[in-house]
Amino acid sequence: MNRQIVKLFAFIVVLFAVLIGFTSYWSVFDAEALKEEDANKRPLLEQQQIERGRILAADGTVIARSVAKGEGDSLRYVRRYPEGSLFGHPIGYSFVQQGDSEFEQFHNDELVGEESEFTSILDELRGRQQEGNDVVTNIDPVAQRVALEDLEAAGFGAVVAIEPQSGRVRVLASNPPYDPNRIPFELTELNENTLERPLFDRATQGLYPPGSTFKVVTAAAGLDSGAITPETPIDAPGSLEVEGLPLENDYNLDFPGATLDTALTNSVNTWFAQLGQQIGQDTLFEYMDRFGFNTKPAIDLPANQLSTSGLFDGEDLLTRNDPIDLARTAIGQERLLVTPLQMAEVAAAIANGGRQMRPQIWSRVVDPDGRVTDRLDPAEYSQPIGEETAAELNTAMQDVVTEGTGTNAAIPGIAVAGKTGTAETPFNDSCGGGSDENQAWFIGFAPADDPEIAIAATVECTEQFGGDVAAPIFRDVAEAILSGE
Amino acid sequence: MSARNRELTALVPVALLLTAGFAAVFAQESARVDDASLIYGAYFFAICLATHVYLRVRLPAADPYLFPLVALLTAFGLVMVYRIDPELARDQANWFVLGLVLFALTVHFLRDYDVLERYRYTIAGVGLLLLLAPRLPGIGQQVNGAYLGVKIGPLAFQPAEFSKICLVVFLASYLREHREVLIVGARRVLGVTLPPLKHFGPMLVVWGASMFMLVFIRDLGSSLMFFAAFLALLYVATGRFSFVAIGLAMFLVGAWFFASTVPHVHDRIEVWLDPYAHPQAAGYQILQSIFAQADGGLFGKGFGQSMITIPGTDAALLPAAQTDTIYSLIVNELGLFGACAVVLIYLLIAARGFKIALLAADGFSKLLATGLTAVFAIQAFVIIGGVTRVIPLTGVTLPFISYGGSSIVANFVLLALLLLVSDRARREMVAAPPSGLALEGR
Repeated sequence: MNRQIVKLFAFIVVLFAVLIGFTSYWSVFDAEALKEEDANKRPLLEQQQIERGRILAADGTVIARSVAKGEGDSLRYVRRYPEGSLFGHPIGYSFVQQGDSEFEQFHNDELVGEESEFTSILDELRGRQQEGNDVVTNIDPVAQRVALEDLEAAGFGAVVAIEPQSGRVRVLASNPPYDPNRIPFELTELNENTLERPLFDRATQGLYPPGSTFKVVTAAAGLDSGAITPETPIDAPGSLEVEGLPLENDYNLDFPGATLDTALTNSVNTWFAQLGQQIGQDTLFEYMDRFGFNTKPAIDLPANQLSTSGLFDGEDLLTRNDPIDLARTAIGQERLLVTPLQMAEVAAAIANGGRQMRPQIWSRVVDPDGRVTDRLDPAEYSQPIGEETAAELNTAMQDVVTEGTGTNAAIPGIAVAGKTGTAETPFNDSCGGGSDENQAWFIGFAPADDPEIAIAATVECTEQFGGDVAAPIFRDVAEAILSGE
Repeated sequence: MSARNRELTALVPVALLLTAGFAAVFAQESARVDDASLIYGAYFFAICLATHVYLRVRLPAADPYLFPLVALLTAFGLVMVYRIDPELARDQANWFVLGLVLFALTVHFLRDYDVLERYRYTIAGVGLLLLLAPRLPGIGQQVNGAYLGVKIGPLAFQPAEFSKICLVVFLASYLREHREVLIVGARRVLGVTLPPLKHFGPMLVVWGASMFMLVFIRDLGSSLMFFAAFLALLYVATGRFSFVAIGLAMFLVGAWFFASTVPHVHDRIEVWLDPYAHPQAAGYQILQSIFAQADGGLFGKGFGQSMITIPGTDAALLPAAQTDTIYSLIVNELGLFGACAVVLIYLLIAARGFKIALLAADGFSKLLATGLTAVFAIQAFVIIGGVTRVIPLTGVTLPFISYGGSSIVANFVLLALLLLVSDRARREMVAAPPSGLALEGR
């Protein structure tokens, strides 16, 4: 019988090896996937036992903090947002039952003090509890408030303000806002509100026709590719026929032999339409790509909560090989859709001499002992245009504000450069279907000679023009930021 | 070094481990070093020492490693259960002592364990009666749709734990007597070697009855464990793999039959195949068991760090953490490495048990040691396999670790029988060492 006993033992060894195999699979190899399962509340419950770090504005204003509830084994932390709806976008929320979003989600690891398994073992041996780090943002709460209040007066829309030299995001406002403190009670209602969509961050997710603000991109492509110089004259008639339909200037005005300055100041459609046809689709797409169109923005927010700007056929992005109406694309029409963040990045790149920085909301990470463990190191995203082109665009954009469509953006004593935009969005369901609805825009930067802030402001479903409704928002936000420094 | 001195040497680190385990739990719970851990360690060591002295007197030649290995599991269990609920750990400690008392009594009264052979049908009857008891009106108890418990006055226990020993004793004894005829009388029918029905019959009756009882009381885990032990013994006794194959086929047919007719069994299998179908209801326990393991990783979260209930509520995050899913708790707190250590301890116990069977001189001793070891190892497999989704999750205890008096006490009786066989085998070997077998462990 001894031989059978040995074989039986071998069989038992195999059985136990299977147990080890399965245990290894669950605990190590498949562990990450299991932690993502919806049914698995363990990671969230554990995080709620860690005191999540605070999120602070640039001036130290507390945007989010955790408060303790219960004691001993039932101790847990719940998120509070002292400023209510002011920072609902872009900070988002973090709750065990409802999950997390936006900045809270993207910076989760820093906020909970996530460490490698080996580090946490060392901490355990030293008896250290896992603690969350504070994350300080670049957001200017005064300017954020100004932006939100202006938007609430003007209509649904968004404002994005970026520091051109560093890419620091100073304002990221979306109207209508929501109060993250209400998420545990109202998430379903907020999600079901498909008309106002308060949880939708219009600044980073909203896709709008850019209208004439896109002429800045066309002009940048024209100048930088060498197709034109600031002195190149183009005859711009009051109306052109393109693809069988008339493409007209406001009031059908003729601009014979106009140069860039005149064309941008008066937002001459037929001038830019011809420029677009002249440089061609390849070149225009090339410059769009350099500015960050056709890819997700490199901002510190979750990719699934960011929209890509570009030409769309339904849900799909069009490429440089797809047939498009180049003339209308050049003036910001066609099927062009952009986010306010993307347009702010365009303005910031021109303001910074053609060097586009990665937009970042976070500024530094501070551990529980008050040490700064990580600090934003401003990084270049791309160099879409040369310094000379940027300077030429800067000059032309200043004229827009001093004598053109953007005079409402002027700030006394400070040179401002900018561009207005008004895209007609008639019969749009989300605007209630009215026939006179516009998407109003203003993008620009100030002071023009030494830019400290670049801003994109947009208002949806308005009967007003960009110069009337968006330019004043730009002015108020820029003033708030410049006076704060 | 003599066997008993080895045992003594091995018990010291076990007691130290228990002390360290309690110290870790105290440190975690109240962030302090409590000398209670030393007191518990001392108590534990004293109890183990007393058992050791008793073994020194009564079974001087018995295997030196089994008792320290079992003590190690018990220490592990005490710390884990204490970490869940100190009240439960006090019960567990009492049962540990009671288990050792029964262990001593078994050693005392069954020194000549051949007597068991004489009463094999009585023992089989008792085993079956024990299985039936939970369905008897007045004393039976139903838990989670299964009839596992018996309550007579203040005394509550799970009879299946004791029944498994009875049935192993019966099978070992029966097979010892009939193994020759089972082998010789086998006939080939249609290319399959069949055992002779005349000699196979009585065993089949006892076995069929016990399987029926188990389904009747809905104790799937035990039925799986019993059947596996039966096949293991049958294989070792006859050396016929075909018998095992037939048994396995019978089992599959039976399992299919019960799975399609008994809703309780059907549900268990459905949940095993697709736990995500009802993650908040039927699939909750197995899913949470796996999630707890996923959370453990390589090194685990540390003693006392696991979440067993949802914080702020009494709702279970890891249901039945002190019994069924204690292995998942171990993976969660001590990681894959801790779990490997536990599995390794069971494997070492199985290795020592089978070694006893190898050394034993007579057939009954061999089969008894084999059966007891097999049923013990398979019990560990059934519950660990259950919580790791190798097989459907059923409620048997993790021997010596899970909270539960019947399990601890019954397994100490099982250990006593193993050591009895071992003592005799080793002594006979000293008297007349068989050729070809190296003598070690003296």
